[in-house]
Amino acid sequence: MRHIRVFGHGLALFGLVLLQIPLMLVALVGVLLSFTLGLVFLFPASIRLIRRTTALDRRLVHRWTGVQIAEPYRPAPLPPVPQSDGWYRDGRTLYRKPTIPAFNARLNWLIRDPATWRELVWVLVDPWTRAVLAAGPTFLVGYGLYLAATGTLWGLALPVVAVLAAPWALKIYAYYALGMLGPTATTQLAGQVRHLNQVRVETVDAQAAELRRIERDLHDGAQARMVAVGMTIGAAEQLIQTDPEAARALLAKAREASVTALAELRRLVRGIHPPVLAERGLGDAIRALALDSPLKVDVSVDLKERPESPVESAVYFTVSELLANASRYASRVGVDISRRGRALRVTVTDDGPGGAEPVPGGGLAGIERRLAAFDGVLALSSPPGGPTVATLEVPLALPQPTCGEVETPPLGWRGLVMAFCWSLCWIPLFPQGIVAGIMLITGTRNHSWFLATYMPTALQWPTVAAMITLGAAMLGGGVVLSAAAGKERPLSW
Amino acid sequence: MRVVLAEDLHLLREGLVLLLRSHGFEVVAAVESGPDLLAALVRERPDVAVVDVRLPPTFTDEGLQAALAARRQVSGLPVLVLSQHVEQLYARELLADGTGGVGYLLKDRVFNADQFVDAIRRVAAGGTAMDPEVIAKILASNSRNEPVARLTPREREVLELMAEGRSNAAIGQRLFLSESAVGKHTANIFAKLDLAPSDDDNRRVLAVLAYLNGR
Repeated sequence: MRHIRVFGHGLALFGLVLLQIPLMLVALVGVLLSFTLGLVFLFPASIRLIRRTTALDRRLVHRWTGVQIAEPYRPAPLPPVPQSDGWYRDGRTLYRKPTIPAFNARLNWLIRDPATWRELVWVLVDPWTRAVLAAGPTFLVGYGLYLAATGTLWGLALPVVAVLAAPWALKIYAYYALGMLGPTATTQLAGQVRHLNQVRVETVDAQAAELRRIERDLHDGAQARMVAVGMTIGAAEQLIQTDPEAARALLAKAREASVTALAELRRLVRGIHPPVLAERGLGDAIRALALDSPLKVDVSVDLKERPESPVESAVYFTVSELLANASRYASRVGVDISRRGRALRVTVTDDGPGGAEPVPGGGLAGIERRLAAFDGVLALSSPPGGPTVATLEVPLALPQPTCGEVETPPLGWRGLVMAFCWSLCWIPLFPQGIVAGIMLITGTRNHSWFLATYMPTALQWPTVAAMITLGAAMLGGGVVLSAAAGKERPLSW
Repeated sequence: MRVVLAEDLHLLREGLVLLLRSHGFEVVAAVESGPDLLAALVRERPDVAVVDVRLPPTFTDEGLQAALAARRQVSGLPVLVLSQHVEQLYARELLADGTGGVGYLLKDRVFNADQFVDAIRRVAAGGTAMDPEVIAKILASNSRNEPVARLTPREREVLELMAEGRSNAAIGQRLFLSESAVGKHTANIFAKLDLAPSDDDNRRVLAVLAYLNGR
């Protein structure tokens, strides 16, 4: 069943080419006209057309092969801002309206972005690759059946090979697409810098707002009360000789005010950094939280080390918010705290009716901002009917695992196979495969080291085909293994 | 009555020593760190210990840990724990051995000297003294608990005071009820919570707290 689906996906991808070729031609004509005849206004439209088709390719490749391809584009320019006199400046020219500066900014953005040119190459090359890798297995099945029907019985082997090779071919195509359509290392870094900048600004803002809130709370609350306490005690001092009864009443009032002030301070401290977190660490702080909750909360903690204090605090407040949310719908909650490599992972599962949606600007948004400062992420899964599972993960929150929990060794048999594939795949692919094939076609007498030319005539072409397949398989293996290794060891900086 | 006191803030420690002495207690040791406290408790075997949760050297929950350790060595050693904040988690740990003779109060309660001294005496006699705020938290987290929700408001008040560790007579005084009326309420509470009735005040309180904590 899975194999049949793969054939379907391959054919669908190939069928899409028939739609994409006309679009591609229109776009290419647009690009050519904009450069040769100066019809620059065609350029953005043409590129937009290409981006639409590649966006579809990315989506389909993700859905059918699981290979996720991020958009490689640089961020679009911001709309032009008028000067104080209402004119728009673009270089050394002033414009009355923002249309032309905006167009120039867009044009510049498109031309400067390497992704634009990589996609142009992609639309030129892709139909051919796709014909081989996506639709190839289906052709092979057809050809094999045709051979069998016309009496060549070994043709029946071709469909078998095609069925076995089809998922691999599609996977290789997906990684090829990832290389061409995905972000390059530079764009990835640029994106990361942009993201970090934004996170920094947000964190600083949030922190400043938090400090202002604390200042206001102290100023209006505890501080004001302490002034009142001091004044009341002063008044009692005055009265102590003349009217001891009144003085006693005043002192009792002062005591009450100081109790209220303390309660306020306690509430404030709890909001800044809960004392139990400072005293006991994350596990017990969450347990304390669970006890105070009206829900039935099961907490399981599998954590030997304490994460950094700011991380602890962010995770604590996240769980606190999640529990508060859950208490509206659910009656039982499970909190699980564990480590994955150096990452800290917390899952909060409730038995509510599901269908929860994060509200933009709601409580979870603030929590996500808080986590983002540590590259932490919060994922919410809430299918209708439940259960709702919130998973938060903070990478690199914990120290290196101590002995006993060794991470997978960076090299092993997989590393060796990977190196073998990468370094030797060219030999069967080019000299022994493609070059030997050309030599067979041209009928050169020189045999040199091309294996196929030494074979008996009946086996010459199968040898070439086998060599090309072997080379492609090694190349694909190298790509797949590298991708898997990259996934296991996330970038650390 | 012999008291061991542990509090790291000098001013507060002196204040507490003064307060205790003026109420007829004998302060046999006033220490300021966790290890000193454990040593003093095991050495002096006081009638009651008054302990701050957060103590040097780590400024985490040294005091609580030292008190629990001392109670493991000297079974039933009465300990009154003071803190700037109260947690159900700590209350449970103190109550876990089920022997009584524990107290857990906010530091603010020191302001009301009479009630504070009353709490110390209760703990020294093997009773309990739980801060009203702890009890409020415990009851709030029991708010969806069916039997607790069935209590009448008056019964709830009685339950709160009982959980704090007060005797029937003290509860009656607080709520302006006769002692027999309080007895009727407590009997109702025990019936509704399906607990075995007991005449001994201390055992009764422990049963209630164990029930409320037993979720």
